[in-house]
Amino acid sequence: MQKYMRWSGLLVVLMLVLAACQADTGGSSDPSADESTPASSEGAGGTADCDADEFGCVEIAEGDPIIIGTELVITGANESLGLDSQYGAEVARGLRPDIAGHEVEFNHQDDGCSAEGGTAAARALVSEENIAGVIGTSCSSAGIPSAEILSAEGVMLVSPSNTAPSLTAPETHEPFYARTAHNDSIQGAAMATFVCEVLSLTTAATIDDGSPYADQLANVFAREFESQCGGTITNEEAITVGDTDFSGVLENIAADSPEFLYFPIFVAEGALITQQAKETSGLDDTVLGGADGYFTPDWLSAAGEATEGHVLSGPDLAFAGDFYEADFLPAYLEVSGTDTTISVFHAHAFDAYNMLADAIEEVAFTEGGTTYIPRTALKDAFFAIEGYEGITGTLTCDENGDCADAKISVSEVQDGEFVRIWPEE
Amino acid sequence: MDLPMRRALFTGLLGGLAGVHVGLVGMIDSFQGRDTIADLITLGSMLPLLILLLVGWRAASPVKSAQLIPTGARTFILGAAAGATAGLILAALAALITAVNLRWILVNATPGLAEILQFGQGLVVGSLILIVGGALLGLAGASLHVVPPAIARSLAIAFVVSLAVALLEPFLGAVLRNLGLDAVEEVFFAGGGLTLVGAIVVFGLTAAGIYAWTTRGEGARERVAAMPADRRRNAKLIWYGVLFLLLLALPQLVGQRLSEVVGTVGLYVLLGLGLNIVVGFAGLLDLGYVAFYAVGAYTTAVLTSPSSPVFAPELPFWGALPFVIIAAALIGLMVGTPVLRLRGDYLAIVTLGFGEIARTIFLSAWAQPAVGGAQGILSIPPPLPFERDPQAIYYPILLFCIIAAVAATSLASSRVGRAWNAMREDESVAEATGVNTTVYKLLAFMLGAAFGCLSGALFAAKIGVVFPQSFDILVSINALALIILGGMGNIAGVVVGAIVLVGLPELLREFAEYRLLIYGAVLVAMMLLRPEGLLPSRQRQAELHERESDEDQYAETSGEETGRPVVTI
Amino acid sequence: MPARRARLNLVNIFLWVFGGAILALSAWGAFLTLSEGRISPSAWQTLIVAGVALGSVYALIALGYTLVYGILFMINFAHGEVFMWGAFTAFFAASALNDIGMIDASPLLAFLLVLLTAMLVSMLVAVLLERVAYRPLRGAPRLVPLITAIGASLVLQYTARGFYGSGVRGYPGFGLFGGTVELGPIRIDVVELVVIFAALALMFALYFFINRTRTGRAMRAVSEDKDVAAMMGINVDRIIVTTFAIGGLLAGAAGILYTLLFNQVHFFMGFLPGIKAFTAAVLGGIGNIIGAALGGLLLGILEQVGPNLLLTGYGIPSPNQLQDVIAFTVLVLVLIFRPSGLLGRKENV
Repeated sequence: MQKYMRWSGLLVVLMLVLAACQADTGGSSDPSADESTPASSEGAGGTADCDADEFGCVEIAEGDPIIIGTELVITGANESLGLDSQYGAEVARGLRPDIAGHEVEFNHQDDGCSAEGGTAAARALVSEENIAGVIGTSCSSAGIPSAEILSAEGVMLVSPSNTAPSLTAPETHEPFYARTAHNDSIQGAAMATFVCEVLSLTTAATIDDGSPYADQLANVFAREFESQCGGTITNEEAITVGDTDFSGVLENIAADSPEFLYFPIFVAEGALITQQAKETSGLDDTVLGGADGYFTPDWLSAAGEATEGHVLSGPDLAFAGDFYEADFLPAYLEVSGTDTTISVFHAHAFDAYNMLADAIEEVAFTEGGTTYIPRTALKDAFFAIEGYEGITGTLTCDENGDCADAKISVSEVQDGEFVRIWPEE
Repeated sequence: MDLPMRRALFTGLLGGLAGVHVGLVGMIDSFQGRDTIADLITLGSMLPLLILLLVGWRAASPVKSAQLIPTGARTFILGAAAGATAGLILAALAALITAVNLRWILVNATPGLAEILQFGQGLVVGSLILIVGGALLGLAGASLHVVPPAIARSLAIAFVVSLAVALLEPFLGAVLRNLGLDAVEEVFFAGGGLTLVGAIVVFGLTAAGIYAWTTRGEGARERVAAMPADRRRNAKLIWYGVLFLLLLALPQLVGQRLSEVVGTVGLYVLLGLGLNIVVGFAGLLDLGYVAFYAVGAYTTAVLTSPSSPVFAPELPFWGALPFVIIAAALIGLMVGTPVLRLRGDYLAIVTLGFGEIARTIFLSAWAQPAVGGAQGILSIPPPLPFERDPQAIYYPILLFCIIAAVAATSLASSRVGRAWNAMREDESVAEATGVNTTVYKLLAFMLGAAFGCLSGALFAAKIGVVFPQSFDILVSINALALIILGGMGNIAGVVVGAIVLVGLPELLREFAEYRLLIYGAVLVAMMLLRPEGLLPSRQRQAELHERESDEDQYAETSGEETGRPVVTI
Repeated sequence: MPARRARLNLVNIFLWVFGGAILALSAWGAFLTLSEGRISPSAWQTLIVAGVALGSVYALIALGYTLVYGILFMINFAHGEVFMWGAFTAFFAASALNDIGMIDASPLLAFLLVLLTAMLVSMLVAVLLERVAYRPLRGAPRLVPLITAIGASLVLQYTARGFYGSGVRGYPGFGLFGGTVELGPIRIDVVELVVIFAALALMFALYFFINRTRTGRAMRAVSEDKDVAAMMGINVDRIIVTTFAIGGLLAGAAGILYTLLFNQVHFFMGFLPGIKAFTAAVLGGIGNIIGAALGGLLLGILEQVGPNLLLTGYGIPSPNQLQDVIAFTVLVLVLIFRPSGLLGRKENV
């Protein structure tokens, strides 16, 4: 027994020492993660900027492509969310295949819509030499660890669909993270304003589906509704993704006869609740509302006639004018091979690509045939973007990474079509 | 048409259908992106190839129930017939896909797939290639019966090893690069797999090595067996020492990204060791193991994270560990007590239920004030007060794995282990001989819970955030699959299982997509062919094969003829 | 042996306290909810009707479990996937018929065609399962066929995913089954009525089959004692295949009925209903056909009514999120207090 103790004690000590040494040296015995070797120190400015830059430069030799990573959920039950964003990025690359004189190549990774998936994908991308930036993640749960990992290496991460507030909250914001998707607080508040002031309703109930996105949206709406116009929230319910029968939830809500029912969830359950709500007596006069989670044509076809009169909030795509219909959509359908868009954040991914490209072109410089992109300068340039006209609106990045246009619009389903009704154009 | 030929054709049919299945599920298409032998064979093409070889091999193997052993030319004919049949079915699939648009049903019945199957040569030539190629490959597979067994064995093992090395390209390549052996890496690996040169070298060396070992290794093996006990123990110690040093140096060898993968493998090794105690030692099929994982992770999160909702003591990781152990003991008791009187299938379903209940509660709005609900808990500090570095976090994981392994080994040979063995064999008899099954069952659950919770704690600290999505039934299935594959009751088996079932999908994205399909197939195949696992403990092997006679593994109740004289044809 | 009896008594006491506490809490919760009076009687009625409809579906699936368990004493873990494959088949059949306009032209005939296809495919899957995964392992230690079943379940699920994609597919509705009817004081959807009737019809057919036909008698004999039945000249293998086939037929029917109710198919849809149907079978008494039917109905009602009835009284937020917890708790309670189920024969579990 004594021997055991001695050996195990030695073992523990050895482990801790090794780990400590490991972490002390920053853990990079991995040459591929080493960025700070200067290529050549010729001339003032130029590559000296690379030395001065804390994270060094991305170096792209002549004729080599610029590598942009994507970290989206491309397999599993949520794959349509990530694939949709991926297609958006592909369309953007198709329309802008060159950045700073180099071709663009994508390195697609799967964020698995989970924290561990995001971690693995981020590590994979970071170990890739010369990755200029990353478009991702799809899910906030993957985004939080990814932002940490990528910021530690100075790689820009721009998300088309993360909506969790903590990602851009001052205390928890990672320096190299930004997003073109709306912060939930904006969208939830917009809907609350609409219901309060335009519809003049005083009681409401919410249903979320356990995802961080829906949970947060419903929560923000509820709090804003209460504070903005002193409305009453009669019920805050939740369902589980994969459920199909919602009579229990709906009867529970119907018992208090709210005037408005808000369920900012996704297509599958959204369609079912839309249909079943119409069949629930007690909700006959209730206005139903949703958010961009099912603001898509396949919700319209899945829920059919029950969608009439439904209101939904989403990014104000009217802003894009004809570009979306005439140029973006056909290109999208070509790339994806589907008949319609398969989710809702493709436009955000498109804008993310272009903003990244703009920032790269602003700070990249070429010397001796090789293009250098100083990482910290890239970040600063990105965050300095103001009034960028994308298809999701006019984007301006604040210092915490929220770039999305605060323009949210509300549409109503009339005769089986989405009709924008607020704010007035 | 006689029995062997009929069986050969039937085998060909099954193989063809397997190929159809693999194609329609999308594997062939997905695997196209990676080469097995650079510029020669893609991983996607490897699948039908393997099927055809296996079909040929099986078609020509002795028919056990009728005691028929094919010989000579007959072997080749059987193999070729089976292979051709399988090839024909694949050709038919390709033709069907091109003729009829089935994509509204079968999303992968694309022209792309047809093109792959026909080698891009169109209907007629492609089909011909498939049928003739199938026949040839079937022949090759069958020929393994004709060559001397030593050679057949070496060839088969060499093939498997070469395939494994090709699949492990991301890992081995990274190791070589980190050791500075870039030149070696370039010679051996390219395009996600082996180069032709590399393949030849690996195959040849392995085949030669195994052959030498089989035929000429007699002397060496005898000498090893004849070694005196203390010299053998020394040899074992040296072996363990080398292994240990290798493990210590691993993060250095593989770099950041792969350290992350290795860390994940380590977490699952720990889970596997824990589940091994419950399922492997005590024979209690627990399908809700993820509940322990979740409890460990959330306990750590609540106790160490500054953003824990209601109660944030912000303990350091090691300070929170005792509480994790206590929580483990409690939940082990909670799960174990209601199921004490349940056996087998019922136990499985109820524990499955517990796993789902755990996840639902952690997700629920009801528990949100305490554990964060859908928003999870963020900002969990890593175990060592340095950066969240995969190469650093590897060491605590390794430490706990070693502790768990040592604990499991000593338990297995202790009084407790013997009691578990008795319980596993026959519970009523064990009770009758005075074994307090209640206590031992609870002990098994609590120990299993301890390892599970520790793994969960490490997970939380490693990733830094916990969300309920991370704790669904797939974790339990992962853990179960890897101990089944590796061999229950055996530490090395658990490690092998984890490397194959957890490491490989992490390394190869293509596998990640089909992960669970492969798990399911592995589970069924293992149970049908080798229920004791790849590296079983000898005891296990004896247990599971005790009913085995000369013929089939599990005798059926309704008549199977036995005892016919052997006939060669 | 006094020591052992004392031990068991301790465990028994703990379990009774545990179970008793749950029952007491549930009763109190129900009392609170009802005295609050927030939810109207017609709302409860809607929920109960929905529960009966859903429960009929569970009952059909449960019958598959109970038949197989009665003969082989094993849980066919993959039965939920048999159900799922039936639902998918029904989806494709219905889509095809919809495209050629048959659903509008002759809806009843279309419905029967779809029903038949679904039942047939499910039957095939069930028989395949038996042949490939279960038959070779008949004499094996307990753990082995169970693990095989889990593996088979995974293969079936992910094959469906690979073949048909991972998205949720919306079902074309059958116009015939829209609207509601009033049966006396009860308001019920036509769809729900169809589902309940169809399920009852099938259950009656099964009852008749088991009790009045020779094969049915053979099945009963085999479930009583396999070896004696074999000695009496019954082909046990064939009876086992028949059992799986019947289970498959019923599951296929359940598949289309479920999708009539919810209009969606998804590769993972068989997982939870499978577990709940098993719970229903245990609740009613595994091995007992009427028990399975009863258990299914009870569980369906409990699921629909339970969260609102038992939890809203306590003011628990989002009680319906905990719907599945109720189903599993029922399972645990039944296995603690009455392992043989409501109508089951008293035998060791």
